[in-house]
Amino acid sequence: MFTSIFFYFLASIAIASAIFVVLNRNAVYSAIALVLCFFSLAVIYLLLEAYVIAVLEVFIYAGAIMVLFLFVIMLLNLGLEDAFPYFRHLQRALSLFMVGLFFVGIFLIMFNEQGILHQPGEKFSAGDIYALGEALFSKYLLPFEVASLLLLVALIGTVYLAKRKI
Amino acid sequence: MDISQFFTSADLFGIAPEIILTVTALSVLTLEMLHVSRPGIILMVAALGLFLAGALAINTSGDEQILFGGMLVLNRFSVFFDFLYITIGLLTLIFSQGYLEKRGSASRGEYPALILFAIIGMMLMTRANDLVIVFLGLELLSLSLYILVGFLRHDQLSNESGLKYLLLGAFATGFFLFGAALTYGAAGTTNYNGIVTAITNNTILSDTYLFLGIGLLLIGFAFKVALVPFHMWSPDVYQGAPTTVTGFLCTAPKAAGFGALIILFNRAFVDIHYQWQDIFWILSAMTMTIGNISALIQHNVKRMLAFSSVSHAGFLIMGILVLNETSISAVLFYLVVYSVVNLGAFAIVSAAEQEERGLNLKDYRGLAAQHPWLSAAMTIFMLSLAGFPPTAGFVAKFGLFSAAVSQGYIGLVIIAVLNTLISIYYYLRLVVNMYMQKEESTLILSYKMLAIVFVGLIAIMMIILGITPGYLLEIVTEAASTVA
Repeated sequence: MFTSIFFYFLASIAIASAIFVVLNRNAVYSAIALVLCFFSLAVIYLLLEAYVIAVLEVFIYAGAIMVLFLFVIMLLNLGLEDAFPYFRHLQRALSLFMVGLFFVGIFLIMFNEQGILHQPGEKFSAGDIYALGEALFSKYLLPFEVASLLLLVALIGTVYLAKRKI
Repeated sequence: MDISQFFTSADLFGIAPEIILTVTALSVLTLEMLHVSRPGIILMVAALGLFLAGALAINTSGDEQILFGGMLVLNRFSVFFDFLYITIGLLTLIFSQGYLEKRGSASRGEYPALILFAIIGMMLMTRANDLVIVFLGLELLSLSLYILVGFLRHDQLSNESGLKYLLLGAFATGFFLFGAALTYGAAGTTNYNGIVTAITNNTILSDTYLFLGIGLLLIGFAFKVALVPFHMWSPDVYQGAPTTVTGFLCTAPKAAGFGALIILFNRAFVDIHYQWQDIFWILSAMTMTIGNISALIQHNVKRMLAFSSVSHAGFLIMGILVLNETSISAVLFYLVVYSVVNLGAFAIVSAAEQEERGLNLKDYRGLAAQHPWLSAAMTIFMLSLAGFPPTAGFVAKFGLFSAAVSQGYIGLVIIAVLNTLISIYYYLRLVVNMYMQKEESTLILSYKMLAIVFVGLIAIMMIILGITPGYLLEIVTEAASTVA
């Protein structure tokens, strides 16, 4: 019961933020809304007990890829002044606050719960990285290898089409 | 855990053609990196790799083999398609000699390498026994094609069509993936055999999701093989792409798309055929009619051939709708004839193409007086596409129509015959322009000797196949018997 309510809540956030991505004219807001969408998807994966996928979703999509998105938006010079007209000071304060929070968190972990990072991995349950690795190198060996070819072709294409002088 | 149920040395031998092609593509890229400046050498290495892969593919024919724990299935059907792709790849490489230089771009090692990667993707598509592999093969093919279409970096039209193809193709990929996800959700597996078991044992979780999944998968395929109403990209992309790439683009991916469609719908979804046959009927009728009528009003040869290939897709989908061994063998025969003829026609177009000229129907006026042999070959190709009796195109169309009539699809066959009659008009318009006009042709054709020899061979083959189609018919019947 609780899970399904939670699911519908997350799903509606995901859909609403996805619609926001498409409808908003400001590229930076769209990108932030996309991050929200990825986060709610990650929590949906958690509900399915697919912990690794959830973490990867946050790391890779919400983290790495969206940072690249924002970089590109800023490099294209869509005008950050237009993007954040009022939030100059708030933004600075907020970023300082978040950096501080991050450091406090890191220090807390380092001093209070020593050894947490160094413990050898136990046998995990389903949906963890062990099961994922095993599946990738046994049942899904061929798709895994073909995916590497796919990435190679994408790489060749990017270099060929985008490099000024080849 | 026991890895041997998923991976043994037999699996490695099974995918030997793919491995060879990958190695060839990588060595072609390395040669480019080492500044091996003669483009002939690079094309030669690529062709050699294709020959080797073909030799290995024929070795694996014989009994049905299941590889990688059910991911791939090798049988006569997949071997037939492997050969078709390799033939198309070889012909494309032969016809591409000197074309990029003519269009003002340096000949690059990426060009043959990407064609090889596209062939690997297509091989995986028709060997696949799992939606995951079909998807990855389709993406490998599409990514290579996006780059090939935009290969002329300085040419605005080429860039534009590459970007158009990429954006619309990514959209279609979304449909395909969502369809695969819903099918997985309904059947609990992406494996074809698993889906069949789930359907026959009635363990499908939700029929709605399964039908939705099938529909979305069909949309994904319909985009890739350009069925109406998902064909709008094809004339622009075909026109903007380098002409030799257009020849590749309108033959090989279509063959792969139809091969994968046949396997998917004749193996995985065959038990619920009454659910999707009506959609195929409508798709077929719309595709051939709208493709043909649009082709009538084109003045650009590449656009005309693009719309003609749309209408041919409509004929081909008829064969999948009919769903028996004769119709599938007719589809395979049709694919061979269609692919080879189109490659030949595009080879001639690419020879005639110059700066700002040579792509209009008017430019071909009086060509026959100067190039009687090439014009004769082009005439044979056009007659073959239209389906005139002494050519192979007639045998292909006849086989397809008679298979459809024998299963009672009289209405659809009447539409198809009417469309064939319409298509004669635009195919013959090119021939009339070449022969009947008094004007002196100002076109200067540039071509390599080897390419012309192969154009001639294709033309002779089409006549021979039109008179004695028995040998090819035997091969396609054998190939079709393994899926139907």
